Amino acid sequence: MTAESIKLFWYASPQTFYPLAGKIARVCAALAVLFAVAGLYVGLFVAPTDAQQGEVYRIIFIHVPAAWMSMFIYVVMALWAAAGLAMNTRLSAMMARALAPTGALFTFIALWTGSLWGKPTWGTWWVWDARLTSELILLFLYFGFIALQASIDDRRRADRAGAVLAIVGVVNIPIIYYSVKWWNTLHQGASISFTKAPSMAATMLTGMLLMALAFWMYSIAVALVRVRCEIVETQ
Amino acid sequence: MLAIARTLVARDLLLAARRRSDVATALLFFVIVASLFPLGIGAEPNQLRAIAPGVIWVAALLSSMLSLARLFSGDYADGTLEQLLLSGAPLGIVVSAKAFAHWLVSGLPLVLIAPLIALQYDVAAPLYGVLALSLLLGTPVLSIIGAIGAALTLGLRGGGVLLSLLVLPLYVPVLILGAGAVEMASAGLAADGQLLLLAALLIVVAVFAPWATAAALRISLE
Repeated sequence: MTAESIKLFWYASPQTFYPLAGKIARVCAALAVLFAVAGLYVGLFVAPTDAQQGEVYRIIFIHVPAAWMSMFIYVVMALWAAAGLAMNTRLSAMMARALAPTGALFTFIALWTGSLWGKPTWGTWWVWDARLTSELILLFLYFGFIALQASIDDRRRADRAGAVLAIVGVVNIPIIYYSVKWWNTLHQGASISFTKAPSMAATMLTGMLLMALAFWMYSIAVALVRVRCEIVETQ
Repeated sequence: MLAIARTLVARDLLLAARRRSDVATALLFFVIVASLFPLGIGAEPNQLRAIAPGVIWVAALLSSMLSLARLFSGDYADGTLEQLLLSGAPLGIVVSAKAFAHWLVSGLPLVLIAPLIALQYDVAAPLYGVLALSLLLGTPVLSIIGAIGAALTLGLRGGGVLLSLLVLPLYVPVLILGAGAVEMASAGLAADGQLLLLAALLIVVAVFAPWATAAALRISLE
């Protein structure tokens, strides 16, 4: 092995990763607070009131970043799981395990804030819209992953079984999304969607991106803290 | 390789024939679930006609899932599965053969009995063909995908409930396409699109899912 690749894998050992994770988690947590304060300020005070939806649209500053993270985290989780399965590294499996609850949390937040937004604008808490439905199924996939890992006592088997499930899930997500979308268009006309909303004011976009950054930093910080707990628990 | 598959399928069929009540239970479950809906919703014929494809497909999903837990558990309990793993036979073939046998025992009877349920729901006779064809293409997918879940939950406590949590979200595309095909046909449109997509799904799943099932079996048995 060359010196370069040894350096790359230096932090793949839980022992060496533990202090680094602590440092990164602290920085990310601070950044998350910073971005969240800035994002909420822009979102709640600077961004103009929407001409059509009024003040209620401001929930998108939470809703859209949460929906992004919910999908992105599942992919990252599957990548870590695949890396753990392929290279047999303990840390990769720990990362996958640590990301799952955060991903499920964001999926739930996206659904919850979505229905809070849906009641005043669409007049209903829930519609069987393609996005809502596929997000709900994503939540079930997260629950399946967490439940499978929780019901296997042997750590190694739990990690590897979870990895297979995460990979199967990530292959299925596009199929599920398109089948749900197609089913939806079969049943009812297109609903209101963000893509068709009037072009967004620059400040709205800024607020949303700031909140997205805040959610990113929060996810990294929380996942790393959870990995640190895993390391302490198992080593 | 084909000889291995043929032997395994014949063996599983023989085992199923020796334990007929297991097969009958899943089938009866299908019939009972489908018969419960009119009691809960009301026997208004138009409404029944409208919900028939969905109800039959959901019942098929549940019934197929119910028998999944038995796919590997018997062989696992008496050690046959370990012997199969050690025998050097390609595990993908073993897994595919077992999934195929599971379909013959739990899926094919549903295809044959579904027109009877459709009769109860007053579905128009020309739709029986589409319904049976959609089930013929869709139920093998259920067995093949379900095998992944059955392999992952092998020997776990609360395996049955866990299995449903893992497998049902993955069944969503089959449900949508299968019920969609019948609905299209009942609206007087061509159902070719859905049926072709179901066939495509079957091919893709039959090629790739056995790998995942084999990997899951190795993990569960190590």
